[in-house]
Amino acid sequence: MSDTTAGQVLTTKDGKPLKAALARALRREKLRSLALIAPLLIFVLLTFVAPILDMLFRSVENSIVEDTLPRTVVALRVWDPKSGEVPDEEVFAALYGDLLVAVEEKKHTRLGSRLNYEESGISSLFRKTGRRVNRMDEAAPFKEQFIDADDKWGDVGTWQVLRQFAPPYTDGYFLSAFDAQRTSDGIEMKPEDERIYMLLFGRTLFLSIVITVSCLLLGYPIAFLLAALPLRTSNLLMILVLLPFWTSLLVRTSAWKVLLQQQGVINDFLVWTGLISDASRLVMINNQTGTIIAMTHILLPFMILPLYSVMKTISPTYVRAAKSLGANDWTAFWRVYFPQSVPGIGAGAVLVFILSIGYYITPELVGGTSGIFISNRIAYHISSSLNWGLAAALGTLLLVAVMVLFVVYDKIVGIDNVKLG
Amino acid sequence: MKLKTVVLAGTALAFAGSAAVAEDMTLVSWGGAYQASQKAAYADPYVADHPDVTIIWDESSAEAVAKLRAMNEAGNVTWDLVDVVASDAIRLCDEGLAMEIDPDVDLAAAPDGTSAADDFGDLLVSECFIPQIVYSTTFGYRSDVADWGGKEPDDICDVFDLEAFPGKRALEKRPINNMEWALLCDGVAKEDVYDVLETEEGLDRAFAKLDTIKDSVVWWSAGAETPQLLADSEVVIGSTYNGRLFALIEEQKQPVKMLWDAQVFDLDGWIIPTGLPAERLAAVKDFVKFATDTQRLADQAKYISYGPARKSSAPLVGKHADLGIDMAPHMPTDPNNAKNTFLYNYEWWADYRDDIDAKFQAWLSQ
Repeated sequence: MSDTTAGQVLTTKDGKPLKAALARALRREKLRSLALIAPLLIFVLLTFVAPILDMLFRSVENSIVEDTLPRTVVALRVWDPKSGEVPDEEVFAALYGDLLVAVEEKKHTRLGSRLNYEESGISSLFRKTGRRVNRMDEAAPFKEQFIDADDKWGDVGTWQVLRQFAPPYTDGYFLSAFDAQRTSDGIEMKPEDERIYMLLFGRTLFLSIVITVSCLLLGYPIAFLLAALPLRTSNLLMILVLLPFWTSLLVRTSAWKVLLQQQGVINDFLVWTGLISDASRLVMINNQTGTIIAMTHILLPFMILPLYSVMKTISPTYVRAAKSLGANDWTAFWRVYFPQSVPGIGAGAVLVFILSIGYYITPELVGGTSGIFISNRIAYHISSSLNWGLAAALGTLLLVAVMVLFVVYDKIVGIDNVKLG
Repeated sequence: MKLKTVVLAGTALAFAGSAAVAEDMTLVSWGGAYQASQKAAYADPYVADHPDVTIIWDESSAEAVAKLRAMNEAGNVTWDLVDVVASDAIRLCDEGLAMEIDPDVDLAAAPDGTSAADDFGDLLVSECFIPQIVYSTTFGYRSDVADWGGKEPDDICDVFDLEAFPGKRALEKRPINNMEWALLCDGVAKEDVYDVLETEEGLDRAFAKLDTIKDSVVWWSAGAETPQLLADSEVVIGSTYNGRLFALIEEQKQPVKMLWDAQVFDLDGWIIPTGLPAERLAAVKDFVKFATDTQRLADQAKYISYGPARKSSAPLVGKHADLGIDMAPHMPTDPNNAKNTFLYNYEWWADYRDDIDAKFQAWLSQ
């Protein structure tokens, strides 16, 4: 190789440039591995990523107004919402034309329910007007006829909502998710008695952290014991850890109800022993305490298992060596053993935290009013109020919050420092 | 040779199976005792007459609104008939997810010839709704509370009276019904409740009234919770559906009594999803016509204490199928129980539900 002069390209035996040949070989290898994982990749994209993106997209999507009332939306563009006056006849005529079509296609009530999320009463306004619109006189002015059908059409507020939500994309859902709203003076916070989501986000994060910490405090000694005991005993203990894990979530949650309620097992026992009087039974359920206790119990295996599998790999010789060099029990544990178990703590904490932040069945059943999570509201908007846009906005915020926390976690603990075994 | 026979038989069976699929009918209901009453009163007799029809039950009514919307968006509605409460039926109708029906064409007339529209009367609250039963949300109380000194509540406002009737209460974790009761006990006349509730001050009044008992309330979200809480003495008085209380009192023999005062009537019934293929639609319409006729609705009351939605069914209500007790006195519509009832305003709640619910949840979490 010493006689290779500068500028001369290295080639393979058949004269092709070595660099290109190498690149091609690598590319082929990459394609092959891509082809190998392709079925899984396509599966994940189709069944996981695509539905999530579709759901998240609903948080800004708002084409229903433009689709249902195309002419009205155009006619409304010249109207000044700050004028304090109802739009003129031209807009009403456009509304009449649009509603005729919408009633024919039965789409007007759908628009009504959509706009009712922004202003109460619009739902019945559209239902009522839909029944009237076919009987309206095309020769007479429409403005009076509409106001006659429902005087809400003579209310500037109704038109302001229509105008504000006319564009095909909206930030309204996200504003609601932040407890804010857009008024004629710009964006401002909602009145105190309607703010709920920020409080719930804060509570969800706080309770998830408390649950993670209590899982760690309870789980660490158990995992330590499991890893230290001889295999026969530790297997038996392991079954005890896994047994509740295989029991239905609902059964475990209901069991906590029986134990914790005021006429429950624990309170009865305390009264029987005389520790508390019959009149001052402890309130341990239908509040945050209930949520923390029940969820710590349910999520404990997710902390113990990664901890155990990491601790199992820590060789006892290190601790022995530390002790032979003069460390006492505590120093040997804290300086030698504990740092080696940190990757297990990292994995367990991430698992428990992420699982608890999205929990909703247990908080719903034992959380009362002070122990419910943001996911309970998301579930409500998905299944009861059908306000999927708001549910999507709340879901997006939750996703972003988890990702931010993940990055922070990476900065502090380091994601390389997470090990499942 | 033998193997061939088995294969052929198997193929034949498979074909027979796929032919039967065309006659499958998926009904969605609530599960539990209610679904059992529907099965016994209309599904089993229908199948006995139509052996080619297979009825598949899906216990998804609680999530029916969301699931129907998802199915509709995916363009694959697999349900044929869905049991929902009236307010959900209105929502589904508004969203275009439920089919409009013509009562006089799609439903059977009463035996005396009264048209279905007249027989159901006011209970046809939406163009898409086929009522089955009238149920009520009302209170049950324990009859053995020592602190009450022998008194028993007989007025809705006793729920708000912590001095005469101390102890915990169970209320539903949503504004509907609770707001109305609060206003009624704050001195608002029955006919003015919704007008008052529509104003800021009215809402504040209702919340202020609920504030007086807020610390003593256990909030429930599933109808089975109150009976359990009453049975465990966790609460001394609680609201739930009257059928649940009937089971607690008559079947489980718990020391609980009904407080029928200011019970709120509500309706439950069928809706037909939009977009069914003609063949399935014809099959399901045939079933609905049978299942909501006068006799079938009266039969259902043998199994559960909910009142039939047809006027013509009321005189036919008999005894409980297992307990053998007369069912009429346990119906929410019985004159003795219905001395003071409150009518739930569907249209009003359809408008204000989202707004008031947000305020209610904010109030709860304060």
